Amino acid sequence: MAEITLIEGITLALARAMEEDPSVVVLGEDVGVNGGVFRATAGLQAKFGDQRVLDTPLAEVMIAGMSVGMAAQGMKPVAEAQFCGFTMPMIDHIMCHAGRMRNRTRGRLSCPMVLRFPSGGGIHAPEHHSESPEAIFGHMPGIRVVIPSSPGRAYGLLLAAIRDPDPVIFMEPKRIYRWQKEEVVDDGEELPLDVCFTLRDGSDITLVSWGAMIKETLAAADELAKRGIHAEVIDVATISPLDMDTIIESVQKTGRCVIIQEAPKHCGVASEIAAHLADAGLYSLLAPVKRVCGYDTVMPLYRNEMKYMPSVRRIMDAIEEVLEVS
Amino acid sequence: MTERQTTFKVDYFQFLGVDGNLVQGVKIPALAKDLDRLVELYKLMVKTRLFDKKAVALQRTGKLGTYASCLGHEAAHVAIGAAMKPEDCFAPMYREYGAQFYRGVEMSDVLLYWGGDERGNDFKKAPHDFAWCVPIATQCLHAAGAALAFKLRKEARVAVSVVGDGGSSKGDFLEAINAASAYELPLVLIIMNNQWAISVPRSSQNHAPTLAQKGIAGGLTSIQVDGNDLIASLWAMEEAIEGARAGKGSVVIEMITYRLSDHTTADDASRYRPDDEVKAAWEREPMIRLRKYLTQQGAWDDAKEETWSEEAGKEVQAAVDHYLDQVQNNPQPVTAMFDHMFASLPHDLVAQRAYAEHYPEDGGHH
Repeated sequence: MAEITLIEGITLALARAMEEDPSVVVLGEDVGVNGGVFRATAGLQAKFGDQRVLDTPLAEVMIAGMSVGMAAQGMKPVAEAQFCGFTMPMIDHIMCHAGRMRNRTRGRLSCPMVLRFPSGGGIHAPEHHSESPEAIFGHMPGIRVVIPSSPGRAYGLLLAAIRDPDPVIFMEPKRIYRWQKEEVVDDGEELPLDVCFTLRDGSDITLVSWGAMIKETLAAADELAKRGIHAEVIDVATISPLDMDTIIESVQKTGRCVIIQEAPKHCGVASEIAAHLADAGLYSLLAPVKRVCGYDTVMPLYRNEMKYMPSVRRIMDAIEEVLEVS
Repeated sequence: MTERQTTFKVDYFQFLGVDGNLVQGVKIPALAKDLDRLVELYKLMVKTRLFDKKAVALQRTGKLGTYASCLGHEAAHVAIGAAMKPEDCFAPMYREYGAQFYRGVEMSDVLLYWGGDERGNDFKKAPHDFAWCVPIATQCLHAAGAALAFKLRKEARVAVSVVGDGGSSKGDFLEAINAASAYELPLVLIIMNNQWAISVPRSSQNHAPTLAQKGIAGGLTSIQVDGNDLIASLWAMEEAIEGARAGKGSVVIEMITYRLSDHTTADDASRYRPDDEVKAAWEREPMIRLRKYLTQQGAWDDAKEETWSEEAGKEVQAAVDHYLDQVQNNPQPVTAMFDHMFASLPHDLVAQRAYAEHYPEDGGHH
């Protein structure tokens, strides 16, 4: 059994999906011989040929639009956008077509495509390479948004996303592409979409996060553990649709909740979770719900990017505030 | 390095003159003598125009929402449909009814769609075809994706898409040309140049002498045809589609026509378009010349015209009756907006659907 990184989990899932289903086609800029700029598709073209792993012209709208067309005609395109910032021109096709194809045609046509891309900051990248647009995609009806936070979940969730009969935006937290290794069995077992994963059980406070911020969230939970405070850590994993049942059940137990996201605070997924807690979890809450987020600013260039992103200290300060309320 | 080649020519094809006579001095394709086929297509053009008139009337009397008329495009549209095989795939914009009727889309489907009911996009007899596409030129890339799917699966199928003269200014169209060239796709892209993008004339899109030449920039065969000439339009479409099917690559066809109607029923073209231009355009419209030609050839006459108009009128009325019956007596319930969002409804929408069921008739007023 091999220990692999998150990005190797992606590659493994792509290979498995291509092996089991000839209609799965990988396409994107530099995904062929080069294996992707992060090597997510490394070795796939050599293994499956250039009719299954297609280098595209440098045209993001084309990648999205043709994926919609292929998906509507029986293929399962798994398209790669090279970076999160380059998905913005693709939104027309994702929002106006991918998410509407099935509904528009009363189920006659569907759009089983995956658009996967590296997102988030923290790797000293140039401008437009470090954003976290999950709330933008999460606001689109008919679209699933999935973000893994470990090698195993990258493998299992990407397999589920590719097999899903509807469009999935699969955001890969590139800061933790190679953060940790874990054993992943390449057995084709998928993980469920549409549910949160409880990474750590606890009874004193619920910490909710997803993607790369799981790293800082777990570090905060470790600090709390040293003080005998038991945090329950929930990885949302599927941003849309949101599994509030798991979060509310946890808050019923702990009475306290801090939500951590890298994206800007305003109109973010953390806000959506907080609103749900106000609606359906209020009587379980012993303290206000706190959100620890990126600022509502432009993501700074890399010298300041770590100052933008929630740190363990910022998370701990929010937790202290929540714990202080008796 | 290959030799630099920066000169090009866009050929223009017209076979049927506005007087109903074949154009002299050009090689006329054999289909000009296939009178039985031309009569069938002419009959569909007549039916399409009757339908269009009825649809506008329904909108004017409050029985239909905003409707995009196809008046003046009948030859071009019918030619597109007639050149395609049933297994091919059509990605229309939003007024190519003649093409769609040929492919099995029902007149009542058109009415349902513009009448605000998604069931109009459930083409039972054109199951692969894309629905009407409002975001301009995006359909070109869907057709390119379909064409790539056909090519990868080694199926002898062709994808066809239509964009307007305005839409040819959009990146999606240009990216479709580029993709067609890069992947040598079985794709035919039609620029339906009807001279007006709502109120913006062709001359304001750009100052290139043709729109078809954008295809040449991408390395595609690119031509212009008289889109009001059924014979030329059908010939060009058949050449392009069968060439694409045989692996000879993608083609751009600029069909020169004229939008005789307003952009949609929500538009009033008299605010921006000179009357004398429209009057002149009526002299070149597609129906009269074809009727003259078929009459000269002994394949059509006034009696046949009268009989067919009556018969087609009944078909149109039956479609209207079906549409009105559907929206009045079999409307989609509030839950219909949930039921096709996903293959199986996620838990959050299950809850919203149950909530919506408590408010089956609620909402604002039009």
